[in-house]
Amino acid sequence: MSPLTEQQAKEYWRRNVSLMVKLMVIWFVVSFGCGILLFDLLNQVQIGGYKLGFWFAQQGSIYVFVVLIFYYAKKMAALDREFGVEED
Amino acid sequence: MELQTLSYLVVGATFALYLGIAFWARAGSTKDFYVAGGGVHPVANGMATAADWMSAASFISMAGMISFMGYGGSVFLMGWTGGYVILAMLLAPYLRKYGKFTVPEFIGDRFYSRTARVVAVICLILCSVTYVIGQMKGVGVAFSRFLEVEYATGLLIGMIIVFFYAVLGGMKGITYTQIAQYCVLILAYTIPAIFISLQLTGNPIPQLGLGSTISGTDTYMLDRLDMVVTDLGFNRYSTDVRLSTLNMFAYTMSLMIGTAGLPHVIIRFFTVPKVKDARSSAGWALVFIAILYTTAPAVGAMARLNLMQTIEPTPGEYLVYDERPQWFKNWEKTGLLAYEDKNGDGLVQYSADPATNDMVKIDNDIMVLANPEIAQLPNWVIALVAAGGLAAALSTAAGLLLAISSAISHDLLKGMIAPDISERQELNASRVAMALAIVGAGYLGLNPPGFAAGTVALAFGLAASSIFPALMMGIFSSRVNKEGAIAGMVAGIGITLFYVFQHKGIMFIPGTEFLGSMQPNWFMGIEPNAFGVVGAIVNFAVAYGVSMVTAEPPQSVRDLVEHIRIPAGAGDAGGH
Repeated sequence: MSPLTEQQAKEYWRRNVSLMVKLMVIWFVVSFGCGILLFDLLNQVQIGGYKLGFWFAQQGSIYVFVVLIFYYAKKMAALDREFGVEED
Repeated sequence: MELQTLSYLVVGATFALYLGIAFWARAGSTKDFYVAGGGVHPVANGMATAADWMSAASFISMAGMISFMGYGGSVFLMGWTGGYVILAMLLAPYLRKYGKFTVPEFIGDRFYSRTARVVAVICLILCSVTYVIGQMKGVGVAFSRFLEVEYATGLLIGMIIVFFYAVLGGMKGITYTQIAQYCVLILAYTIPAIFISLQLTGNPIPQLGLGSTISGTDTYMLDRLDMVVTDLGFNRYSTDVRLSTLNMFAYTMSLMIGTAGLPHVIIRFFTVPKVKDARSSAGWALVFIAILYTTAPAVGAMARLNLMQTIEPTPGEYLVYDERPQWFKNWEKTGLLAYEDKNGDGLVQYSADPATNDMVKIDNDIMVLANPEIAQLPNWVIALVAAGGLAAALSTAAGLLLAISSAISHDLLKGMIAPDISERQELNASRVAMALAIVGAGYLGLNPPGFAAGTVALAFGLAASSIFPALMMGIFSSRVNKEGAIAGMVAGIGITLFYVFQHKGIMFIPGTEFLGSMQPNWFMGIEPNAFGVVGAIVNFAVAYGVSMVTAEPPQSVRDLVEHIRIPAGAGDAGGH
């Protein structure tokens, strides 16, 4: 059985979903946003030999994905501890 | 040393390593066989996942596809990595918490229905089989090109190696060999890339080299490439959109959710000890994948520039065919390069115009396979590329075969046909299922049916439109019921198959296309390979619609959904 009361379980889930939504917005913005929809606009900015839109599409989005996952794992580990639901 | 001898030595050494690991990591229980005992460290699992994930297509073909598609190739880079964000946040932790052995098992329990489980098994087998054929072909091709053995012999050797470690060790043997295979393939990929980046730009890090100036000039590499290709009438490399912005959007999304829905990737997250580990392991997997995926665009662009400059060293001055370099001759023999002197001047003219273009064939795969030769790297690097290509194909094939055989022995046999068999009997049955799956995959690799060509892309569309939505709804909704889930999966996979077959023929048999009076890509200009996301939307819509007009799921199922959302008490995979 879950060690949480119904109220706590709801709160835990709400905070998980809210973190997830924030990170998924970033996920969407760096790939579909910067890499595809805003491609032409961002390409007006040049960083070294990279046009910015091109950099996001072929490099930047991937780096951001990695950071997002580790950030999520870290935040969730803290949330698990806060609610006392981490595994031993 | 002779290249041939060296290749045999390097490939032989890696194979000996895989067999040694197979012997050491034998499976003693069904839990070992299905989920490697459930005790794999998250970093080790991340590495194994990366090898499992990066197939012959990633290793051999992807850089070449980017090479010729330019910016349009970004759909593969973002699509095949972004899916891990979805996996890490939306699927892996909850499926790990649920703690069973297979994907159809979750679908069957969550939607309290044997029918749902059978539908999931069918979807799983459809996408895994289409995927594994591509790997078997990759094994045969790598052998025949580098070791000059017959395609069929090469395939047979590959099958025997996989047979040893997959049948003996199941997921346990596969996991530890995949870790070794990752090391081989990443070295084989990055070493030539570092050399080439250094030669071309003076920067040893390919990811930075791609944004640097060409050695000895102040022209940026990408600007030079844009200029060279547009001069010959090709689309500008760095802005070449694939069909349309909407199509690129749909393509990327289909590959992302397809990645998250592929059973052989998902089951890798059943092998870690805790829910917490499932989250971080997805991060490690993506780190190991990103090393190759951020190198690939550099390899693609640099190889394209090298190729162009070999053929046309300065504008208007072409390579004389009789003075072509050795690698040109080598790859002409394999049929991957073909030259036809259209104007009879003995020069190699390469352009976008088919009427004057003398390079009638440049296969995508050349860009990785011939890259070390074009850049005149030492022979041991070329031998390493052969071992890397084989590692990529074998590791992915093994993961797929495990997904197929566990669906047969655990979901069909133990789950439905003979629930009373003992664990020992199930372990034996899973070994037999694995052996049969290997023989079946080998047979299809030898006699590829008509659908071999477009298969890997199809697997993503199928996973995106069937398994991914079912899992999402199973975790995030307690209202979607069995009627909804079954109708959704059938509708999603059905419409995706329909659109693909309409364009490419029924079961990809030429001549059976049935577009009628419609234009290709008639649905909003979306190409068939990018259609998975549309199938997924149909799946979600149908599942919700049907669920709303039929009975709610029973209380026990709603409890199950609550249960998987909280990590505490995950228990072991397989613990009930």
